[in-house]
Amino acid sequence: MSWKAYLAVGVGSGIGSVLRYAVSLASFAALGGYFPWGTLLVNVLGSGLIGWLAATASRFPHTSLARWQPLLVAGFCGGFTTFSLFSLETLYLIQQGHPALALLYVMISLPLWLLAAWLGERMALSRPTTQ
Amino acid sequence: MGHGFASLLLVALGGALGGMGRFAVSNLIAHLLGKAFPWGTLIVNASGALIAGWLLGYYGMPAAQPLWLFAVAGLLGGYTTVSSFSLQTLELWQSGHSLRAAINIAATLILGLAMGTLGWLLGMGVR
Repeated sequence: MSWKAYLAVGVGSGIGSVLRYAVSLASFAALGGYFPWGTLLVNVLGSGLIGWLAATASRFPHTSLARWQPLLVAGFCGGFTTFSLFSLETLYLIQQGHPALALLYVMISLPLWLLAAWLGERMALSRPTTQ
Repeated sequence: MGHGFASLLLVALGGALGGMGRFAVSNLIAHLLGKAFPWGTLIVNASGALIAGWLLGYYGMPAAQPLWLFAVAGLLGGYTTVSSFSLQTLELWQSGHSLRAAINIAATLILGLAMGTLGWLLGMGVR
């Protein structure tokens, strides 16, 4: 792997992380801190985006989108979504005496992540090929 | 706004370093263990949960401290990933490896929460 790929991943991940932080601040202000809506939202959106990007890049391998894969996929989608905060919030809900809420968080997160990736892929594949 | 901008810079810097760390670890693991199973993402997420749990045990949950912004919102947030997990699980499923997809889901959840708990206990222990 070249240093350019690392640089692209770093830039994409930095931008994705700032945007994730902004979403978590906005969701905290709008919906409060009782349930981790912000992390759920970024993880669902990021899963949808990566599904769309991967399917689009495999359909159109010689476009600029395919060339920007390291920045967009490993970089932006990777930095925008987060697994460590998901585990931390689940543990924190248990620790605060809300085990049912923690279980609910896990049980709705997983299907929604996978559904979003699948929907993103579907959207990319349903686009007309003439481009 | 100076403080707000400094916060964003800490998150951006941490996120950039974390993302490059994830890229390095997942490339190395794919090189060592192959690409039949997404070991890289699993190892990244389990180790990230361990460190995040440790920080929670050691420092508590201080949402806006500089260290928390850099290390958790930035570094660990950028290091771990849900998008790759979702895409790789979907790809396993669609390529006919539904058992591997199910194992990836179970292993990610169980390892993630177990490692987070272990880190939290270790962090509480040395506080």
